[in-house]
Amino acid sequence: MKPVFMRYTKNDIINFVVLLVIGFLVVPNFIQSDYWYTSILLPWLCLTLAALGQNIVMGYTGQLSLGAAGFMCAGAYACYNMMLRIQDMPFLGALVLSGLIAAGLGIIFGLPSLRIRGIYLMVATLASQFFIVWVIDKFGWFKNYDVSGSTTFQKIFISGVAFTNGKMMYLLVLAIVIVLTLLAINMARGSTGRNWMAVRDMDIAAESMGVSLLKTKLQAFAINAFLCGISGVLYTYTYLKSAEPFAAFNISLSFKIMFMAIIGGLGTISGAFIGAAFILLFPVVLNAIGNNVFHGMIDATIISSIEQVVFGGLIITLMIFEPLGFAKLWETLKQKVIKTKS
Amino acid sequence: MVDSILFFFEVLVGGLLSGTMYSLVALGFVLIYKASSTFNFAQGAMVFFAVLSFCGFMEYGMPFAVAFIAVVFLMIIVGLLTERLVLRPLMNQSEDTVLMATIGLGFVLEGLAQAKWGVEVRKLSLGIGDFPIPWIADNLKLFISALDLTAGFVALGMIVLLTLLFKYTKIGLGLRAVADDPGAASSIGIPLKHIMLLVWSTAGVVALVAGMMWGARAGVQFALIELALKALPVLIIGGFSSIPGAIVGGLLVGAVEKVLEVYIGPFFKGGIEAWAPYMLSILFLLYRPEGLFGEKIIRRV
Repeated sequence: MKPVFMRYTKNDIINFVVLLVIGFLVVPNFIQSDYWYTSILLPWLCLTLAALGQNIVMGYTGQLSLGAAGFMCAGAYACYNMMLRIQDMPFLGALVLSGLIAAGLGIIFGLPSLRIRGIYLMVATLASQFFIVWVIDKFGWFKNYDVSGSTTFQKIFISGVAFTNGKMMYLLVLAIVIVLTLLAINMARGSTGRNWMAVRDMDIAAESMGVSLLKTKLQAFAINAFLCGISGVLYTYTYLKSAEPFAAFNISLSFKIMFMAIIGGLGTISGAFIGAAFILLFPVVLNAIGNNVFHGMIDATIISSIEQVVFGGLIITLMIFEPLGFAKLWETLKQKVIKTKS
Repeated sequence: MVDSILFFFEVLVGGLLSGTMYSLVALGFVLIYKASSTFNFAQGAMVFFAVLSFCGFMEYGMPFAVAFIAVVFLMIIVGLLTERLVLRPLMNQSEDTVLMATIGLGFVLEGLAQAKWGVEVRKLSLGIGDFPIPWIADNLKLFISALDLTAGFVALGMIVLLTLLFKYTKIGLGLRAVADDPGAASSIGIPLKHIMLLVWSTAGVVALVAGMMWGARAGVQFALIELALKALPVLIIGGFSSIPGAIVGGLLVGAVEKVLEVYIGPFFKGGIEAWAPYMLSILFLLYRPEGLFGEKIIRRV
């Protein structure tokens, strides 16, 4: 098999280098306030990974799944227990292993996808959501028998270097996200991704062309769960720092991640980044408007309700006018700008 | 021994009856699916929206009956707008696209209801208590909640009414024609728009009734949405296009989750109810993907 790296154009590489420079040089030098790192950039990067997984299983492979938070929970607690129980466990090793454990669960809960699709599959994946979180919550061992019910996650040390302040954690998470995104891009562009899309567009036709449904679907579920598991570890270790399974990984987080994938653009990699940014930033902007323009005259609960209406309305609008989401809108906009220039 | 058997029956009957509440939610879902092959994920949100508006109207000082009628009209408007703004532009789109749009619709309805009426938990009193009926408790030694029993009868009444509507009226005939083939139905002069409006309004009324039953039991609050999600496994077990299926599925889910919770729950600190319906539905999916009463799905290239 030829290496897929050869298919990148010059533009892709320029864009990539520009993003690297912004991410690793511009942002750390210009943004000093810890608020930006701990409240905006970190959750954004962490949830982007989960949205990426959701996008692979839903956007590329066409399997409706609503259990991202369950896999995130599994990943987070797998990492917690490994760090707790195994002496001198390196964080990155625990991170990868947690992802693999989540991937194993993803394969198990992806099994129904071999027989069912659409909303049937969605209900089956809801089982993973409720079951995994229930197991972790009810069996004290997972939480190290903490009587308070909540878990405080360990601090991150990698070969003696502490990743405890916002900027350091940001750099670590950014590096992990970049590596995983590159892997995802390669898979999506290669034969793996072609198989995913063939299954999405018509699974029976794909099967008769010789694409193994079993392998393709389970692979997508495993990768989805792997990304969600890693996302869960980073989300708890860098952003939440302490969490209760039922409160932190409830169904609304799964919905949020699903919305990130839909709004950002199903079947696009950049969509995960755009969607996660939108879903996370929109409430912040809305709150800022509420506080600064209306000076707190609008109740916080009303603001969060408006947020729901906007997300829901946006999904309906996108489904009607642009099912490929913001990523596609952005592409169209770029094309128009280029056209008017020339 | 006799006591433990009696206790088992009590648990079973309690489960069966509370299962009818799931059936009520599932019923609205089936209605829309039958008529338009649309998976309406927003049905749970419609339940919440309807009953919260009902409570809101009551707080404005409307009497029970007036508030009920007002909400019925409100749900008709919701149905009208949904048909016009969501379903019609999405005609001929893939099932999954429409499903995602109805997820969006659910969020819109939840948000609107909460923006208008607030998020605090409301008590809804229907004049029927959630306590054992004395007569049955004395004579049969079974403790059965009056509310459960009422919900059971209401669900039964709804099914009979809807089945009659579907089977024996001209509207029902039109509904079945549209469900079978919307294109052919509209070409022989069945007004598609009116049928859709009718179906969504009926689903709205069913949502209101379901919401009132749930609200009387658990309070009118956001958690109702999570309860309504359990209508999905009910539908999978019963079959998406079958009204009796919704009822049988509801009974089965209600009974199984109660029995598991009471007999196995204590070993695991409870909470089995949260996932039991979904696991049950997976088991059913492995053996009968089309559900107990559903039609077999045949797909071709």
